[in-house]
Amino acid sequence: MLEPIAQNLAFGILVGAIYGLAAMGLSLVFGVMKFLNVAHGELLMLGGYASFFIFTVYNVDPFLALPLTMLLLFVIGLALYRGLFIRVVKLAEEIKIKNSLLIGFGLSLVLQNVAVRLWTANERGITTSYSGLALTFLGVRLPLVRLGALTIAFVTLIALQLFLRRTYIGKAIRATVEDWEAASLMGINIHRVYLLSFALGSALAATAGTLVSVGYSIDPGMGLHWTLKALIVVVLGGLGSMVGTFAGGIMLGVAESVSAFVVGGTYREMVGLFIFILVLIFRPQGLFGER
Amino acid sequence: LVKDRATVTKAKVVFIAIAVLLLAVLPLVVKREGRVNLMILILLFATLAQSWNILGGYAGQINLGHAAFFGLGSLVARLLWMSGQPILPSLVAAAVVTVGFAMLIGVPAFRLRGIYFAIGTLALGEILNVTVGKAWPVVSALPGPYLVTYELVPRYYLFLVLALLTTAATYLLINSRLGFGIMAIREEEEAAESLGVSALRHKLLALSVSALFAGLAGGAFAYYHVSYYYQFPFSPMWTFDAMLITFIGGAGTIIGPIIGSVFYVAVKEILAVSLVEVHLIIFGILFILVVLFLPGGFVEAWERIQSAIARGPRLEALRALSGKEG
Repeated sequence: MLEPIAQNLAFGILVGAIYGLAAMGLSLVFGVMKFLNVAHGELLMLGGYASFFIFTVYNVDPFLALPLTMLLLFVIGLALYRGLFIRVVKLAEEIKIKNSLLIGFGLSLVLQNVAVRLWTANERGITTSYSGLALTFLGVRLPLVRLGALTIAFVTLIALQLFLRRTYIGKAIRATVEDWEAASLMGINIHRVYLLSFALGSALAATAGTLVSVGYSIDPGMGLHWTLKALIVVVLGGLGSMVGTFAGGIMLGVAESVSAFVVGGTYREMVGLFIFILVLIFRPQGLFGER
Repeated sequence: LVKDRATVTKAKVVFIAIAVLLLAVLPLVVKREGRVNLMILILLFATLAQSWNILGGYAGQINLGHAAFFGLGSLVARLLWMSGQPILPSLVAAAVVTVGFAMLIGVPAFRLRGIYFAIGTLALGEILNVTVGKAWPVVSALPGPYLVTYELVPRYYLFLVLALLTTAATYLLINSRLGFGIMAIREEEEAAESLGVSALRHKLLALSVSALFAGLAGGAFAYYHVSYYYQFPFSPMWTFDAMLITFIGGAGTIIGPIIGSVFYVAVKEILAVSLVEVHLIIFGILFILVVLFLPGGFVEAWERIQSAIARGPRLEALRALSGKEG
């Protein structure tokens, strides 16, 4: 009786780490620029495909190729910000929020269909030589690739945390999150912060996408699903703290797997969505957020 | 605000009358089923986009879960119709259920503002989409007796009446006192409230009317489409199509969704033969360009051209005048 529960919890935590990672990029962009990039899931999809092709064409292990994948999406992020989102950030608050939402939506449509066109609508996944291996701990099976994903997620969280707290540009990002006008008056180049945050958010999406392509599967239509997951996590965790966001991800993963156990797997998707709407309505600052 | 008020001149009335007449006699002239199907698609998208436009274009509330209304209407109408009810009562029931659902979710949903409303409705639409996918994971195909009596022309007229009804209702609503209230909320919610316009009540009204016509469009779809998964009308694709069409045509205008729909179906049809996904790529890019550079869509483009033409001769006159002076 206890073992299936433990197994479920373990899977919940493992997938939750990826939710958290996916949400960190979204949260960073939202915190800095105060708009939601609804094409975040599509960036994640691109990251997944980048890893997939690096693996199948050049036979490089997806975990080792991670820096390259991140760099690739970092550059794509730079281009997207320069080409599109830079036109939005200068607008007044309300119209900025609305237009960025619409642009993100248009972008997701374009990226999704370009992906179908280039790589077909088939589901793909990376199968490494160690994909079938698993550790068994107290009767709980822990697949190696998903453990690797968990590790990567933690390492990314810590690295991001150090970057934001210790480096000059990291501090500039945090200052901009707090109050961009004051930050700008202190001599921080706001537009560089915006550009960098967006690119960094895309690189984080690439990390999450890689982990999805290794432990699960990717397809061109996956974007909306992952954008929703990331949104749910951001709303759960509240804004402002990467640790809070990451914890929100783990929570969502656990909530889903527990509910899969209680009400059956078919309705696990709904649980997150319901929690999401309830939190939005009753605690818009997030479960851990402060206002 | 004055700009939004569509003015009706005599020329426009004549034009509209001729257009409606042409649409009414179309099935008598056009016999090829493919053509009639295309017209039905245009009318369907015009209705769906206009229904999105009421809340999104006029009230300024971006609803990303609009497919829920379309889907709910289709589900109710299909289940009733297939159980042996005539189609008209089934459509009425579909409308009642959809509006009831809109009222139910309206109050909590409008606690959310701006982008939170958008993502809240996105989640809501997905909840319905997933639920229906799990509860009815099968294809709904019309049984033999229904197929034997299936005719395209009555369906065409149903969609035509629906599109005309939606357009007329939107026009009347927008030019009423309530419509001014709805647009005032879009422009500046706080200012409207300070003048005694209840934001919540006007938003609820816009949502209900929007849901009503989306639900009816869904019901008509259930009557029209021979076989589809019950989940299909709940797909977020329907929301996205409605948004694209409205924005490309001109959000917050009566004619915008109609122009957008004609354009959308035509381009889709031209590209569908060889390049299946390409039309969505083109529409996506066009959509981004419209949002960035032409927030009024085709309608604004047309107005700009018109005013440029109107200004043209005057400029000439001015030049001529200044020439004389100098």
